[in-house]
Amino acid sequence: MRGIFRTLARPFTETAGLARWMLVAGVILTGFFVVCAVFAPWVAPYGFAQSSAHGVQFPKLGHPSSDHWFGTDRLFFDVLSRVIWGARTALEVVILSIFVCVVLGVPLGIVSGFYGGWLDRILVLVMDALYAFPSFLLAIVFSFLLTNLLGGTVLAVSLSLSVIYIPQYFRVVRNTTLSAKEATYVEAARAIGASDFAIMRRYLFGNVIQSVPVLGTLNAADAILTLAGLGFLGLGIQSTDAAEWGHDLNRALADAGGGVWWTGLYPGLAIVLLVTGLTLVGEGLNETLNPTLRRRRLLPVIMPPRESATPQHEEPS
Amino acid sequence: MARAGSGSLPRYILQRILLVIPMIWVILTLVFVVLRVAPGDPVSAALGGKLNPQALEQRRQALGFNRPLIAQYWDYLSSVMHLDFGTTFSDNQPVLRVIRDNGGATLSLTLSAFVIALVVGIPLGLVAGRYRDSVSDVVIRLFGIISYAAPIFFVGFLLQVYVAEPLGLPTSGDASPITIFEVKPRTHILLFDVFLSGNGTAIEDVLKHLLLPAVTLGLLICGVFIRLVRVNMLMTMQADYVEAAEARGIQRGKVTWRHAFRNALVPVITVVGLQFALLLGGAVLTETTFNWPGLGQKLVFYINNRDYGAVQGIVTVFAIAVVLISVLVDIINALIDPRVRF
Repeated sequence: MRGIFRTLARPFTETAGLARWMLVAGVILTGFFVVCAVFAPWVAPYGFAQSSAHGVQFPKLGHPSSDHWFGTDRLFFDVLSRVIWGARTALEVVILSIFVCVVLGVPLGIVSGFYGGWLDRILVLVMDALYAFPSFLLAIVFSFLLTNLLGGTVLAVSLSLSVIYIPQYFRVVRNTTLSAKEATYVEAARAIGASDFAIMRRYLFGNVIQSVPVLGTLNAADAILTLAGLGFLGLGIQSTDAAEWGHDLNRALADAGGGVWWTGLYPGLAIVLLVTGLTLVGEGLNETLNPTLRRRRLLPVIMPPRESATPQHEEPS
Repeated sequence: MARAGSGSLPRYILQRILLVIPMIWVILTLVFVVLRVAPGDPVSAALGGKLNPQALEQRRQALGFNRPLIAQYWDYLSSVMHLDFGTTFSDNQPVLRVIRDNGGATLSLTLSAFVIALVVGIPLGLVAGRYRDSVSDVVIRLFGIISYAAPIFFVGFLLQVYVAEPLGLPTSGDASPITIFEVKPRTHILLFDVFLSGNGTAIEDVLKHLLLPAVTLGLLICGVFIRLVRVNMLMTMQADYVEAAEARGIQRGKVTWRHAFRNALVPVITVVGLQFALLLGGAVLTETTFNWPGLGQKLVFYINNRDYGAVQGIVTVFAIAVVLISVLVDIINALIDPRVRF
């Protein structure tokens, strides 16, 4: 138990100064939205597609007021409620799509790197092609296809996001596998008669899985932007099925000319804050885990005569 | 590629160009498979309700949808090789014509955005990397993260509400109708045509229309440049030759400028080229936000019309363009940095 806490706390204890503050700020921002998402039914004043309460119709494009803190939009919906429910949609899509990425990308990467040969070549070629393709266009094409098949659901959008991130997991995992399979402990395992599957599961998997958290957080940030982009183009989730920030911004754009700012500002800010939070966490993790960027915390060693001679603490790496 | 002795430049370029062919083939196959495994038939998806069943059947015949998939696949590949990207179903236009009419607007938008991103992003990244952990580093990094985190349509929305209104800037289209009417299409790229015409008011009109969309798209890419240049600068500032230069007593400013800056920029060139893909994706959103008559907006239009022919054609062109540009970047990179070739 203590070991788990120590591992979780490592990014905090091992970073210093700016990197640490960015990480803390990122965790707080992300945590805030996660809380909103999980407790949306209790936090949000109204439902995401609710246009009246106690028999009273909400105003159309109503200014922010004490009843509707963030105002109402042109469909009579409460903007604050939609922003909060939107966090839930974003979280659902991100978790689902990253889950699919890990479930498909990691095993493919391990198998491809472990066995090599023609399977590896074909997979690398396909993944490289997918990776070279502009990711947003890929997401558009796949959501075009999948929303035809599955309708404008969370599942359809999550799967089309997975397609654009799987190549990244595949690449990272395959490259780690390539170097890890040459290690002596793998050779030792083979010598005592471990099967291929056992080697991959027990020796390679644990090694390879370590690169996933950084990739996952950075992808999560990107996934939220892509989700909102698809929603903005009207290719994502239908607005009566769930609240989605991008789709709300699309409707807000029509109001921009009339001086209506509240329908677009709040969902937009929500996207910016959540993506910033996730990016800060990702970068913070990267700075801790990536040795070329890492700067460990300097222990306060007091050496008076040297202090004045070196104004900057450049640590030899 | 890492074979010893394969370090000659022509050989590298040849290898790189030969690699393009399987790459494009894989992408074309993917596009074909993805757009054809969809259930239902593309012709009735695009035209259902507009034509009677007989006419639909005729169109289906004419477009070859009654033939086996493998034959359709072969047709698609061979027509792409002849630079024929098919026709749109909904308004029956050659895709090449759609690209000629709308590609120019996308090109001028992406180029201007790219220039804005370079001019803003690289200096900021250099400063942030040079003065690590200083106040300016924090501010610049936050700016970089936020400009990347802010979706294009949100930035566009803010600019439309808070900037366009007070300054009286246009927020829709790439020129006023009168300019489009007056300027003769020579290159089919309005930005160039208008300068060729030398018409002062038309130039002003086009630039005014271009300003907000280009800034919106430019800000997105700018965030990427800042991060990248900063990290590279951090790495070169720690390099031995920088330390050596400092040890020799060369002034700090000179070391930064002559030893660190230049070397920090070399890896940037590769990634700058790769941003083209991001730029294209961003262009789709920018064009929709500002009603910009480019290819991206056209693509969204055809997608909403369920026009598989047009989607397939436009996506194919985008894909080929991206692959070709990445090759070009690799070759330029090899010319600049000899280490790449080995």
